[in-house]
Amino acid sequence: MDDILKQARQQLAAAESLADLDQIRVNYIGKKGVFTERMKELGKLPPEQRREAGQAINLSRDGFQSALEERKLWLEERELETRLASEAIDVSLPGRGQGGGGLHPVTLTLRRICKLFGNVGFEVVEGPEIEDDYHNFEALNIPASHPARAMHDTFYFDEHTLLRTHTSPVQVRVMESRNAPLRIIAPGRVYRCDSDLTHTPMFHQVEGFLVDETVSFADLKGILYEFLRLFFEKDIQVRFRPSYFPFTEPSAEVDIECVICGGVGCRVCKKSGWLEVMGCGMIHPKVFNHVDIDPERWSGFAFGLGVERMAMLRYGINDLRLFFENDLRFLHQFRVS
Amino acid sequence: MRFSEAWLRELVNPPLSTAQLLEQLTMAGLEVDSVAPVAGEFSGVVVAEVLSLSPHPQADRLRVCQVAAGLAEPLTIVCGAANVAVGMKAPLALEGGVMPDGTKITKSALRGVASFGMLCSAKELGFEDGQDGLLALPAEAQVGADLRDYLQLNDVMVEVDLTPNRADCLSVEGIAREVALLNGIDRMPPSFKATEVTQADTIPVTVDAPGDCPRYLGRLIKQVDRNAATPLWMRERLRRSGLRSLGPLVDITNYVLLELGQPLHAFDVAKLNGGIHVRLGTLGETLTLLNGQEIALAEDVLVIADDKRPLALAGIMGGADSAIGEGTTDIFLECAFFTPTAIMGKARRYGLSTDSSHRFERGVDPQLQYRAIERASQLVLEIAGGQAGPIVESSSDAHLPTRSTILLRESRVEKMLGLRIDRELVAGLLQRLGLAVEELADGWRVTPPGFRFDLAIEADLIEEIGRVYGYNNIPKRNPATHMELHAVSEALLDVERVKDILVDRGYQEAITYSFVEPGMQAKIEPELEAIALRNPISSDMAVMRTGLWTGLLDAALKNLNRQQNRVRLFEAGLRFTRSEGEIVQKKSFASLALGSVREEQWGEQSRPVDFFDIKSDVEAILRLAGHENSTSFVSNKHPALHPGQSAEMLLDGQHLGWLGMLHPKLEKELGFETRVFLFELDQNQLLKRNIPAFKALSKFPQVRRDIAIIVEEHVTAADLSPFAQSVSQLIRQVLVFDVYQGTGIENGKKSVALGLVLQDDDETLTDARVDNVLALVLKGLEERFNATLRK
Repeated sequence: MDDILKQARQQLAAAESLADLDQIRVNYIGKKGVFTERMKELGKLPPEQRREAGQAINLSRDGFQSALEERKLWLEERELETRLASEAIDVSLPGRGQGGGGLHPVTLTLRRICKLFGNVGFEVVEGPEIEDDYHNFEALNIPASHPARAMHDTFYFDEHTLLRTHTSPVQVRVMESRNAPLRIIAPGRVYRCDSDLTHTPMFHQVEGFLVDETVSFADLKGILYEFLRLFFEKDIQVRFRPSYFPFTEPSAEVDIECVICGGVGCRVCKKSGWLEVMGCGMIHPKVFNHVDIDPERWSGFAFGLGVERMAMLRYGINDLRLFFENDLRFLHQFRVS
Repeated sequence: MRFSEAWLRELVNPPLSTAQLLEQLTMAGLEVDSVAPVAGEFSGVVVAEVLSLSPHPQADRLRVCQVAAGLAEPLTIVCGAANVAVGMKAPLALEGGVMPDGTKITKSALRGVASFGMLCSAKELGFEDGQDGLLALPAEAQVGADLRDYLQLNDVMVEVDLTPNRADCLSVEGIAREVALLNGIDRMPPSFKATEVTQADTIPVTVDAPGDCPRYLGRLIKQVDRNAATPLWMRERLRRSGLRSLGPLVDITNYVLLELGQPLHAFDVAKLNGGIHVRLGTLGETLTLLNGQEIALAEDVLVIADDKRPLALAGIMGGADSAIGEGTTDIFLECAFFTPTAIMGKARRYGLSTDSSHRFERGVDPQLQYRAIERASQLVLEIAGGQAGPIVESSSDAHLPTRSTILLRESRVEKMLGLRIDRELVAGLLQRLGLAVEELADGWRVTPPGFRFDLAIEADLIEEIGRVYGYNNIPKRNPATHMELHAVSEALLDVERVKDILVDRGYQEAITYSFVEPGMQAKIEPELEAIALRNPISSDMAVMRTGLWTGLLDAALKNLNRQQNRVRLFEAGLRFTRSEGEIVQKKSFASLALGSVREEQWGEQSRPVDFFDIKSDVEAILRLAGHENSTSFVSNKHPALHPGQSAEMLLDGQHLGWLGMLHPKLEKELGFETRVFLFELDQNQLLKRNIPAFKALSKFPQVRRDIAIIVEEHVTAADLSPFAQSVSQLIRQVLVFDVYQGTGIENGKKSVALGLVLQDDDETLTDARVDNVLALVLKGLEERFNATLRK
């Protein structure tokens, strides 16, 4: 028996695949295998030898089986290793599939502004871009030959129809159709007939206004101050400078400490250390009169800001004209959204 | 408004540095726009007198001068200026002096002759607009005096950006008034004596339009010196205010305009026919202005005329025919008050903007004319001599603006500004502003001064109080407002979500101009009437876009030119059309894709984007609003799209938009060398969202059976699926999972593989029931589409 086992072990050791192994298994412990045949022949032995011979066969067969198992595990292990080696990849290669696009920086900025004001209950409202003279000028206390019209280089379609020069007409439209109190923010495209290094004939503004019973200039200062600090996520200096808009009184221009140079003075802030970012003021009583809101009971503030300017300061963009060239090399820089 | 600091300080001199003074102006609403030195930085330059001249032995162009410079001995100076003359006083840069460009003056030999300094021109001294040729100094200039001191060159030119309401600050005196107010100090008004009348002649003045011209003063001054020159001090003040010297008489009127804010005009009496008439123009009249422009007058335009013809555009610009010139000896000075409404918009109508119209349309103090004409007369006599006649006046008190009183409530000041300001402080502020103040129990009754046209209602006064008190002294507060919930419609999809899904699918948002080139747009949407701008900024931005494709195609072309060969853009915005004469502004959403379907990447075959890639993007958008099953894609023709690859999208039968490949003809015409796919969706339709409605889940298993049928090739997937689904309520879904044409399929036909998903809510489906439904489907397809089962 020892010889058989020895031979079997040699065969197992030589087996190079699970298939070889299975063949050897059949040869030894299959229905007609060597050990099986030996067991069948036990009956032919005299009874007193049977027990001993049987034990010997069993011993050898167990030996075979454990050798078989061992070889099998070894072969499996080797096979796995081969597979792992063959399946190794360069994990530094990029992933496949559709890449992501991006939003326009104006949209990123608008979303941010609308979210900041939306969080305290300002509602987003839009208005038409082709406007009538009444909503763009008259109702905002800018009558026909008012010198302030010279500040708006207006695109006209006919005498009474124009491209809105600011988002303020939305203020009039909302107040015409709704009752106070009001908390509105109106983003959108506006147009001025002006094109040079620092002007594009189309740009974006956000108009905001709040009408309630106790709104004052101090409230206007409070909310815009907070807005600017939160928008830039910086503890910046803000100042309110007297100015003039026909539709607000008192009127102010809001300057922030130059975010480029930190207020020391640079090319962007024209050495002044300040950047003008918004216009604002208390809604003029004549505007309230146009929309039948009683200025004795209600008061309100309004503000307007240039979105491109905010985007330029936020992202460090140094050329306004890039916004509408839609150069993918520019747009792709704002993919983080 | 531009002025020199030194001039201002002559009228009011607060104890502030230049920087502090300018900061104060800015924070009072007179925004300082720019500050510039009046001359370059230089040193060691003195007033010198040329004593003698002799030719240079080596150079014809140069002369050798003996120059007195206040030193013990005259200096020898070699000079090349053409205007150098004996007796002339001019700036001399001494040895050791430094010029604005950094050059240090040293003793040097010029063509063999030693020169001990340099005689200078205004240009060399860094004067803005400085001329070549020695800067001629007045005869009374003291030889040896430092030029910087003598000409007050340590001065700055300040440009303030005035808002239209502050006409009162359009003069140095006005700014001085403001500075005095802000600092609570007195100012020194320009002082001058009334002119002595030395001859009795006048020119009669008739004002036919007293509403437009409530006050007109005139004065005849005879025998002015035609050779007079503007003194250097006046030239310098004009220069530092941004005005060029144009001869003494014009310079004087400009000077008074700058000093007091009153525009004046001088006529050449020799060119007048009879008296002066202030009247409205008549149709058909023309007038040639000082700038050479010939204008046609209208009946609402105020003119100054003589007995025969219009002479000047009142308050805007004089006429060429009556202008003073080199031969002028007798002049008629005009000093009027024109009402702002008479002048407003008129200059702009003729394409003009003058210092005069700028002031009159914003409002000139109606009391200022007496002082101004006296000031101008005095300067004329001083500089050009002559004999002044008496002032002729035509004033209409009934038409002069009156200042009505304004009630100012203490409570209102607090309500609007959000802080309580001490009563006495308010009253003091109002008085400093020049208002007459009467105390009332709950506030004040005030009368504004004539120069403050902008103060008419209570709000104007509150603004002034806030402004002078200082906006930055008003506290910051958080508004206390009504809290209110706002409606949030679930049945409306936010367009921002649509943008996001396209961003996730590799698109980049674009923002293109709302006005486009008409020719390109006409090619894309020839059937739509574009709305044209009356005053476009350029011919390629002349009409409003009728759709968003024009802008996207243009952006794509520009990107292709920048070597970007894969472009995926979208834009959301308005499109503008006309419908039955009315302007229609509709929100649209459009997209463009060209180039490979994916960005170039390893291990994957690149292929160009096609119709179905874009369609899947559209379907992704439609799913956001639950429209994927209610939208049909109907083969239809669009002028910009390939007739065989264009679909009109209908949402519940209503037009939703277009999808397709750019027509190959347009592709070529526009200059694309690649296929371009486009879609555009109407936002109003698209964003209407279905609110989900729950249906009970079936407890029984579903069964799927696939069939392949052969149909005519024109039969569309959109025909087959809904039909198959309609055969039995057990069919829950029909998928088209393969379409095949080619070997084994007869020409003109195609094989379509359909996957049918069946389910019953009440019991498990038996094979027999499924087979039965399948047979019904096949029979129906056969009857309806002549379909056969593919073997």
